[in-house]
Amino acid sequence: MIISDNLNTYLIIAALLLVIGLYGMVQHRSLIGMLISSEFILNGAALNFMAFNTFTAPNPAVGQIYALFIMGLAAAEAAIAVSIIIVVYRRFRNEDPAIIQDMKY
Amino acid sequence: MILYRYIAEALFYAFMILTFMGAFMAVRSQLLMHAVIGLAISLLGIAGLYFHLGSTFLAVMQVLIYVGAVCIMIAMGVMLGNTPRQLAEKNLKGRNLLLAIGSCTAVFLALFATLARTGFTPAVERIGDMSIQFVGENLLLQYCLAFELISLILLTAIIGSIILARGGRDGAVK
Repeated sequence: MIISDNLNTYLIIAALLLVIGLYGMVQHRSLIGMLISSEFILNGAALNFMAFNTFTAPNPAVGQIYALFIMGLAAAEAAIAVSIIIVVYRRFRNEDPAIIQDMKY
Repeated sequence: MILYRYIAEALFYAFMILTFMGAFMAVRSQLLMHAVIGLAISLLGIAGLYFHLGSTFLAVMQVLIYVGAVCIMIAMGVMLGNTPRQLAEKNLKGRNLLLAIGSCTAVFLALFATLARTGFTPAVERIGDMSIQFVGENLLLQYCLAFELISLILLTAIIGSIILARGGRDGAVK
């Protein structure tokens, strides 16, 4: 059975990636684990854009540009998040999100 | 010719399995470093899916940006901001696990139901193709704003992360 040129296959894969990311957000108790899970959610979104781009869009460059945009956003987000996590670890000696509750003022 | 088709289909299944195995490894592993490796495996699988969708450009970019840059950066984060032995904490148990799986299944079923009752029609006519040349022309002419926004966001992220993390080991920002 040929499923690789069917739009629904890719949409289901993207939905599963979103759900796995959500589960990982709930499951992980460390900030880096949550960052890793958020990458899955972003990838699901990018895969969705690409699937619609290949199968339905009139201009086949738009989806690729948007997927590239999502990749750039994810890279920026990962850079900022990792440096925030490092600062949080320095200040609290801990990166359990249940313990880090107080802000500065 | 039909043989190529079957090989491509087998590769598609392989990439799909790679994606989900990596994702489960990232979500369920005890050590954070294993989670990062799982993320890298999963992203490689997604690069294969992009290849199947007809975009070699995005497949290469996925390997270059995600597997090459983002995963390495997260691995650095794991090693720098270390909890003891970089444990990802205990897995969920009992009622919490049921609640998490139940809510995630509910989200998936809602998406699946929406998908099942929606019919997508392909475009009547397509302009251009999936080639890098066409993407480049669109990126620099019509969708120039997205291009500029990516560069602006990346610049802001670089400056911001340097400013955030530049203090010494005792946390004092000089």
